[in-house]
Amino acid sequence: MRIHGIEEILSEHPVFKAFDKETLELLGGCARNEHFRAGDRIFAEGDSADKVFLLRKGDVAVEIATSERAPIIVETLHPGDVLGWSWMVPPYRHMSDARAMTEIRAISLGAVCTRQKCDESPVLGYRMFQHLLPHMATRVRVLRLQLLDLYGPKEG
Amino acid sequence: MSLVHKPDPMLPRRYRVRRAWTELADATSMDLTPVDGEAAAFQPGQFNMLYVFGVGEIAISISGNPAEPERLIHTTRSVGAVSAALNSLREGDMLGVRGPFGSSWPVAAETGRHIVFVAGGLGLAPLRPAIYHVLEHRQRYASLTLVYGARSPDELLYADEIKAWKSRFDTEVDVTVDHAGSAWTGRVGVVTTCLDRALAGLDPATVSAFLCGPEIMMRFSVMNLADAGVPPDRVWISMERNMKCAIGFCGHCQFGPDFVCRDGPVFRHDHVAELLSMKEI
Repeated sequence: MRIHGIEEILSEHPVFKAFDKETLELLGGCARNEHFRAGDRIFAEGDSADKVFLLRKGDVAVEIATSERAPIIVETLHPGDVLGWSWMVPPYRHMSDARAMTEIRAISLGAVCTRQKCDESPVLGYRMFQHLLPHMATRVRVLRLQLLDLYGPKEG
Repeated sequence: MSLVHKPDPMLPRRYRVRRAWTELADATSMDLTPVDGEAAAFQPGQFNMLYVFGVGEIAISISGNPAEPERLIHTTRSVGAVSAALNSLREGDMLGVRGPFGSSWPVAAETGRHIVFVAGGLGLAPLRPAIYHVLEHRQRYASLTLVYGARSPDELLYADEIKAWKSRFDTEVDVTVDHAGSAWTGRVGVVTTCLDRALAGLDPATVSAFLCGPEIMMRFSVMNLADAGVPPDRVWISMERNMKCAIGFCGHCQFGPDFVCRDGPVFRHDHVAELLSMKEI
């Protein structure tokens, strides 16, 4: 059986597939394999955003809870998606909960390690920006559409 | 000169409610049967004008199976006086029906292709006759995919039927909702997030797409289809406007140079693309 190195697994993720070998090796130093069982809490609102998760297998529910009502799933993420962006933005704290809906396999990048490498290599920092920003922009567009409550009843 | 008598399109025929049932908290389906004669045949995507005596008349898409015109089914959401009155009708009640009117989904002409239906909210109702047609002639089509978005799990239209379609080996069904409680195990997000997955692995040149739902949803979905390379002349949408006469006479549903009741409600997208991007038309 062939064992895939972490750089190779990273290179298969849609966000990182355009990265060259050297950059992947650099990021590989911050990466580790992650596994969650269905129902596991991946992170909770207010937790330190010390990792970003690159989903390889399984579905994640991003939830927001209040004391008055049960948690609401506001978004689900799937293989190829990136879970968490608070690791890039001070104060580096998660603003929602993330729960494994099914068994999850992912690669995580350590936030401090990745930010440090980006600080040391502006080229790497710019490439991360180039490849993560479209993903985030798509998510913002989707959330805007959800805000419109498109399927609610129209006056008539 | 033709001496064949054509029925007056402005004259409603009397129908009775054979059965009425609740679909959602604010939506009801009715199975109608004519008081005299046979029910009119219809094409998928066409609509009827339903007249609640003493209240008013509104356009409602036919949501039944075109192969079974004797079961004339409409699904209506209560949003105003006439639709609320329609949804209060019960078995045996009488109403007036004019139609069927308008253009239809050209699914019968798209054989051999990958068929993708994109529905949002109650937009599944006008698409359902076309879905029935493709399911009944499934071997004539390369594949069948339904991408359906709703507000929440409680507001999924035809939920049991969707489940049945999902269980078929020859049909792909991808359902997503805008928000959900923790018990929901499906996707949360808008339909556009499912489209890329639905199109993955398909040669876009061989895809024919049929969309019905809120205009903004259709606009963004069409952008995704175009980005994926689906030919613009293989995308159809169903428009909704304030239809009154249903024969292109009164002008209430004018949409640029077209009347939605007569030239639509189903349009090939490239025919109306420019108009769809105009504000408040």
